[in-house]
Formats: sequence, C-alpha cells, structure tokens
Amino acid sequence: MTRGPTWFNITSLVLGFSFLYLPIVLLVIYSFNASRLVTVWGGFSTQWYVALLDNDQLLDAAWVTLRVAFASACIATVIGTLAALVLVRSGRFPGRTLFSGMIFAPLVMPEVILGLSLLLLFVAMEQTRGFWTVMLAHTTFASCYVAVVVQSRLVGFDKSMEEAAEDLGCPPVKTFFLITLPIILPGVIAGWMLAFTLSLDDLVIASFTTGPGATTLPMKIYSQVRLGVTPEINAVCTILVAFVTTGVIAASIATKRQQSQREKDERAAFGAEG
Amino acid sequence: MDQEQNTAPTRRTLGGWLLIAVPYLWLLILFLAPFLIVLKISLSEVAVAIPPYLPTFDLAEGWAGFTESLSQLSFENYIWLTEDDLYWKSYLSSVVIAGISTILTLLLGYPIAYGMARSPQAWRPTLLMLVILPFWTSFLIRVYAWIGILKNEGLLNQLLLFLGVIDEPLVILNTNIAVYIGIVYSYLPFLVLPLYASLERLDGSLLEAAEDLGCPPWKAFWNVTLPLSLPGVIAGCFLVFIPAVGEFVIPDLLGGSNTLMIGKTLWVEFFNNRDWPVSSAVAVILLLILVIPIVLFQNQQQKMSEKNG
Amino acid sequence: MFLNIFIGLGSILAKKSVGPVRREFTPWEDPDHPPFIEFRNVTKKFGDFTAVNNLSLKIYEKEFFALLGGSGCGKTTLMRMLAGFETPTSGQIFLDGQDLAGIPPYRRPSNMMFQSYALFPHMSVEKNIAFGLKQDKMPASEINARVAEMLQLTKLEQFAKRKPHQLSGGQRQRVALARSLAKRPKVLLLDEPLGALDRKLREETQFELMNLQEELEMTFLIVTHDQEEAMTVADRIAVMDKGQLVQVATPAEIYEEPNSTFVADFIGDVNLIEATVSDKSDAGTKLTSVEDGFAIDSDQVTTANVGDKVWYAIRPEKVRIAHGRAESGQPNQINGLVWDIAYLGDVSIIHAKVGADNEDILRATIANVSRIVDNPITWDEDVVLSFDRDAGVILTS
Repeated sequence: MTRGPTWFNITSLVLGFSFLYLPIVLLVIYSFNASRLVTVWGGFSTQWYVALLDNDQLLDAAWVTLRVAFASACIATVIGTLAALVLVRSGRFPGRTLFSGMIFAPLVMPEVILGLSLLLLFVAMEQTRGFWTVMLAHTTFASCYVAVVVQSRLVGFDKSMEEAAEDLGCPPVKTFFLITLPIILPGVIAGWMLAFTLSLDDLVIASFTTGPGATTLPMKIYSQVRLGVTPEINAVCTILVAFVTTGVIAASIATKRQQSQREKDERAAFGAEG
Repeated sequence: MDQEQNTAPTRRTLGGWLLIAVPYLWLLILFLAPFLIVLKISLSEVAVAIPPYLPTFDLAEGWAGFTESLSQLSFENYIWLTEDDLYWKSYLSSVVIAGISTILTLLLGYPIAYGMARSPQAWRPTLLMLVILPFWTSFLIRVYAWIGILKNEGLLNQLLLFLGVIDEPLVILNTNIAVYIGIVYSYLPFLVLPLYASLERLDGSLLEAAEDLGCPPWKAFWNVTLPLSLPGVIAGCFLVFIPAVGEFVIPDLLGGSNTLMIGKTLWVEFFNNRDWPVSSAVAVILLLILVIPIVLFQNQQQKMSEKNG
Repeated sequence: MFLNIFIGLGSILAKKSVGPVRREFTPWEDPDHPPFIEFRNVTKKFGDFTAVNNLSLKIYEKEFFALLGGSGCGKTTLMRMLAGFETPTSGQIFLDGQDLAGIPPYRRPSNMMFQSYALFPHMSVEKNIAFGLKQDKMPASEINARVAEMLQLTKLEQFAKRKPHQLSGGQRQRVALARSLAKRPKVLLLDEPLGALDRKLREETQFELMNLQEELEMTFLIVTHDQEEAMTVADRIAVMDKGQLVQVATPAEIYEEPNSTFVADFIGDVNLIEATVSDKSDAGTKLTSVEDGFAIDSDQVTTANVGDKVWYAIRPEKVRIAHGRAESGQPNQINGLVWDIAYLGDVSIIHAKVGADNEDILRATIANVSRIVDNPITWDEDVVLSFDRDAGVILTS
C-alpha cells in the first residue's frame, strides 16, 4: 500500500497504541507513588525500589529466574537452530510431518497442557523437581520459538552460498560454521532473546514443573498479585519491563543502523557504476 | 532458473541424520512422550499416594507389569467429565469467551493494522516495533496492570466519576468483561502482525485500478482490500482463539468466581484437588477440542506459504 | 595417421563453407582425441520429472563449451551434476579420466560461478577470493600472491577490502569470477554468469571472458538461455530441450546448418516454409511449398524421399526484396504484399504477405546501408521476394 493515512487511520492508530501502552505506563507511574494505597497518588517516591533490596525472597526468585532463563535460552537456541535447519534443509525424511507438527504445536498449545504433561513426565521419571526440570521445560517450548525465528531467516538465505563454499573445497560442517551461521546470526540472536524473555515471563509451565527451592519471579509475583495490587509489585514489574524493553529497543536500533548503513553503501556502489 | 533441484530428495550423510536426530529426539522425549503419559494417567484411578494415581507403571516388572497396568485402565474419568456439568460448562464457556474475545480483537486490531499499512513508509518500522514490544514484556505484568485500572476504586472508575459520567463505581473486575479486556489486550499483537503483513503486501495500484474503474473508496475497501487481507484475518484470529481457549492467567486474575474457563478448572483440579487423573482427562479433551482449529490453521498456513513461495 | 590428416583437412573445408571461426581449435573433429569431460548415458530424475534423459556428451580440454536451452530443459541440472550438487539417477560422469561418482562437491577439481554470484556477504573481496585457497591449506604467502594476481586479472585491486554489498553488480560479477578461478580448477562452470548485468556490460564481459579463457588455457563450461551469449563466447554449443541434446556444433554450424526446426527457431530468426519434395538429385533438391505451390530450388541433398513433407528454413537476412513481380516459372521467387515494416536502425524487417490467400508471412531484412533511400519499399506495395539456391536448409524434423 502506498497511499497516505486518513484521519480515520491516524485516530485508530492513536487509540490502538494508547490501549496497548496506557496500562503499562500507569503501572510504571504508580510504582513511584509514595502512598501505600496503590490508586491514590501520594507524591513521588522511590521507596518501593529501595524496599525491594531488602526483600530476600524476591531477590532469590529473581536470581533463579535469570539462571533458568539464561541456561534454557542457550540450549533452546542450539536445539531450535538445529530444528530450523532440519525443517528448511533436510528435505523429505520419514516422520517429517510429525517433526514439523511437534515444532509448531507448542506455539499454540495452551500452557496448562504443556505444563501438566511435562510435570507428569518428570514424575514418571522419578525426577526431583526444581531448577533443572523448569529449565528443561522452558528449553523445550522455547526451542520451538527459536526454530520458527531461525527458520524465517533460513528461508531467505541463498542456498547457493553454501554450495559455493562446498564447491571451493569446504566440507559441510565447516561450511555451516564459516558461512551459514554468520549469515543467519541475527536470527539466532533474536531467537535467543525470545527464548530468554519467554522463560523470564513464564508462570504456568514453571508452576507445574518446579519443586521446592526453585520459585521463579513470575510465580512470586503471581502469589502476591492474588492478594491484591501492591506498590512493591509495581516496582518489580517496572524493573522487568524496563529490562526487557531496553534490550529489545537496543537490539532493534542496532539492526536498523546496520541496515541503513548497508543501504547507503549499496547506493554508493551502484552510483559509482552509473 | 531451473527450479527442479529444490524438490530433490537430498543425499544424506551420517552427519545429516545426526542433525535430524538431536532435535527430533529432544521433542519426542520432552513433548510427545509427556502427552502419552497424560493420556495414560487420564485412564487411571485417583489414589492417596505419591504419585496420586493408580495404577503406576513399574519398570521393574517389565512387559508383564506394563500389560497388567494396561488392563487396569478405565474410562471412568471421562464418564465423570460428562456427569459433572462443571466440565462441559467450562469447555463451552471457554470456547464462547475465546470466540467473543477473538471478534473483539479483530474489530480493534483491523483498524490498527490498516492504519499501519496506510502510514508513510518511514513510520512503519517504528509502528511495527510498537506492536511487537508488548509481546516481549511479561504477560503476567500486562494482565496485572489491568487490575489497578479496572477494580472498583481503580483508575478507570476514578476517571469516570471525576468526569461525571457515572455516579457510582462500575463493577468490571472479576466479571467476564474484564476477561474480554484482558484477552483482547494480551493477544492484540498476535492479530495485528499477520494482518499487517497481508495488508502491507497489498499492491496500492489495485485500489487505484478499482477507483479508476469507477469504484468509490469505501466500496474499493470492501471489494478489494478486505478479501485480499482475508488470509491475514484468518491467521490472526486463529492465533488469538487457540491459546485463548486454554487461558489460565487472565480468567484467574481478572475473572470472577463464576467465570468458567477450562484452563482455570484444570489448574484447580490439579493444584487444589490434587486429582491428577481427572485433570489429565480434562487436558486430553481440551487438546481434542483444539486439534480442529490447530489443523485448520496449519493447513491455511501451508496454503499461504505455497502461494507465496 | 593419414586418415586423421584427411579428416582435419575436411574439417577446414567444412569451416570455410559456414562462416568465420574464432581460432583453429577442433579436437571434436578427431575421434581419437580423449575427452576431458564426459557424460555417459546420464539420466537424472526428480520424482516423476526427468530433468536429464540418457544424455551423452564429450567436452574437450581448453574448450569453451556452452549449454544452451530454455528454462527447465535440464542444462542447469547437467552442470550441477558435474559440480556434485546433484547425483545422477543413472550413468557416469568423467572428468580428466576420473569417474566422479561418490566424490562430494568439496573434493571435485571443478569450480563454479553461481548465477546469484553467492558471494559471502560477511567477507571482504579478498577474503572471498582467498576462501577456496584456505580450504586447500595453502601457505599464507602463496594465498596472498594468488589473491593479488586474481585481483589484478579482474581489475579489482582497489576494492580488495570492500564487502560485497559495497560493490556494483559488475564488480560483484568479477569477484565471483575471481573467486572461482583462484583455485585454478580443471574446469570452470559458469551458471548464467552474466544474467544480472545490463546489456552493454554483458557484451563487454563476454569478450573479457573469452580473453580470460584463452589466456588461462582453461576449460570453461557455461550454462545460458541467451543464444547471442552462447554464440559469442563458445567454441561449441549444445542446444538442449526436454533433458536431451538436440544439436552439438559450432555457433556457425548451429546457425547456418540447424538439424531441426527446433534449433532453427531457437537460434535467431527464421522463416519456416512447409514444402513437399518434388524432385531430388546429387546436385540438389526441388521443393513445392504446401500452401501456395511456389517452387524452391535448393543446393542441399536431402535424405527425404520424393513426396515427403519437409521444412525449408531460411533466415530473413538471406531473403532479398525488390519492387515488382516474380518472373513466372522461375524458382525461389515469390510475390508478396508489404504488410508491415519494422525499422530497427541498422536493419529494417519487412513482413510480406505471400501465398494464394495472402495469409502467410515471410520476413526479409534489409540492411540500411545509406541514410536516405530513393524509392523505398512502403506499406501495401507489391514486391518480389527471392533467394539463392544455397540460402536455406531443408529440415526433416
């Protein structure tokens, strides 16, 4: 579409984005509320952030969550990238339909089912539940998201680049590390970030698969939210939102810079010719 | 040039098989096997034990133990699901709530996606970024943010009272309306993204051609834009509907005690009643309900990618 | 020995009859000359689709060989089998006496220049060129020397440190060429190498490719759908259709002596006249056109029998056009009515209606040798079209 926006378009954009962002903005504002009553503005204060530092349970939960998220994101990136390669490159093989089904199903499957089924697996394996089981559960569903992200990058990848490397004497595995991986790296990094934030956010699957001593931050937030809105939770949420938002915006700015630099170079190269 | 090589069955080395084996085995063990276990436990009896169901399958007894435990399986839990009306009401209510929410999301999401597609090229990356960003922030936090807005002494009621629109606070939190708002809010990006993608691909000269042939703009929208954006509408609706049916966090935090959704029922059955066999049966039936839209969705996606590829 | 000389002499004579030759290089005339590349009864199937059908072909050392054909004719598949990206369903491929079966692409002594160039976007020009040499574990000093040589050969010295996206289309094409030449492969495979360039650059590059090939004394195999390109660069051309070779010959032979209506039609512009053989002798053949019965007298000796239906193929530039009418009873003269004139600058193409009902079109080209023509041929004019005995060829298929 190339035509300009009408007033209707602009209004719907403004209203739509207000709807998307106002709740979060209000949450952030009220995290700086001096009053304990969360809906009454009692002046600006950072006391709830200071109070967080003394809340050992919350800090513990945050630490567990970060460890789970980091570990599961790393493993999920490896498995998801391999899965994407299989989907795009391996052609037909027995059980391919089942394989792609298993990649796409977790994306739409209700979390309660994923959580329940994984818990029952860990019970059947007589596995003590805790850090490791949460990590494995998160790795499994996050790797499906990574697979989809990397796959979209691989689909746009000119396969003749790999063929050229092989043609020049480079064996397949080495070709993957020298050519394919560097080129799909932005997709792999995006996949890692997605896996990390998915794990950071997850409540349902973690609730099912965790055990004593491995309470994650969302679980902690959830148990407090059920008791009502508190300014401390507002503060925790603000920190989480700020953390993720900064990461995503920084990454997208970096990508955009790179892209516009590239476009500039391309224009210069073709300008020189013509 | 010659495209025929793409359809070739690939020559595969040991490394090629290994590449397939690693993710395949991972998913078989951690995705498919758990479902089979859920299926098995849904056919078991509840017991006061650890784990709280019978029969348990003991590896030590080998094949005999396996067949022994098979013979003890029963459909009792499924019969129970039909006897207690809590369950089928939950299923029905989940589908209805998800359906209404999907329609509301579409009504809100279409103008946003359309506005994005019609906006100047320079704005689009930023707008896209603004739609994607909430997707990255925690689901739980986004739902939580609405509690402070919707509750009786919340910000929405304060505003409406201040403006004089209402005389006493509206009860929104802990009703189905709050659940609708929560689902629309949480799943809006899922609908806007595929819809925007299909609207953005739409060739502007098609509309110009329609108008050139004497079609007024609103009619051109109805006859050209809408039909061509249909794949995006369908994909977006599936992406909202399917996960919304099994939603737990939103009905639990925003809905009331009479908001019935199957995800919540399953959770309560599992964590509060500790009835693992019945919650497994609930999960199996939920999955069967969702298989239909999931398969439809996959078929549609496949058709789309074939058309584009 | 004597036989060889005799055949060689014969080939020179044959050459003279069909126009210019770039250089005296005709190993294919000698049945004892060992082939450098040989496809032996190669078939490649993709599911139900047969891309290459029982094809045999010999290519000689230092030859510039072109595979020419339309989209989907199997030419690319044939080349990819040589490079090792596809495995033949049946048949064998030999390169320099070695059976290539089971050898993966990364161990084959051939290098390929890809249609998309397939330059590695994250590597500079010199790293791209050095890539293949590094895989051979060549010492760094030798790699540097070879890269410098390649940069000089392709006039890319000042771009060595640039990334591919900082180059123009023509520069990228030269990097791709330098990269595939750097390892001094036994054969260089070029897959539509100039397809992405604009016309002017493409023509220049064609001549550069030819010079390079002669200078380096390497075997080049090019795949192209552009007949002009194939005719410009190649020593011999194989015209392919539906996975089979239709004709393998020098550009001049392909143009002047096509072996079928497919080749005649595929290469250049041609008038195809359906005719029956009315008389034949060692001195030539007499034909009668099916549509309107005018007589054709050809110097060609045909295998067809009297009464058989054949095609008489004649290129438009070999048809003369003049004011006036045909002399009755004379062969190779047809009355026509000017239907359309396309002025192309260097030549004009005249479409004349011929035949009893003025329903067939015969095309003739006139070279525009002077700027102003007195008494030019114009629309709706009665003209006479004529040609010499040796102008056209008789085709039986």
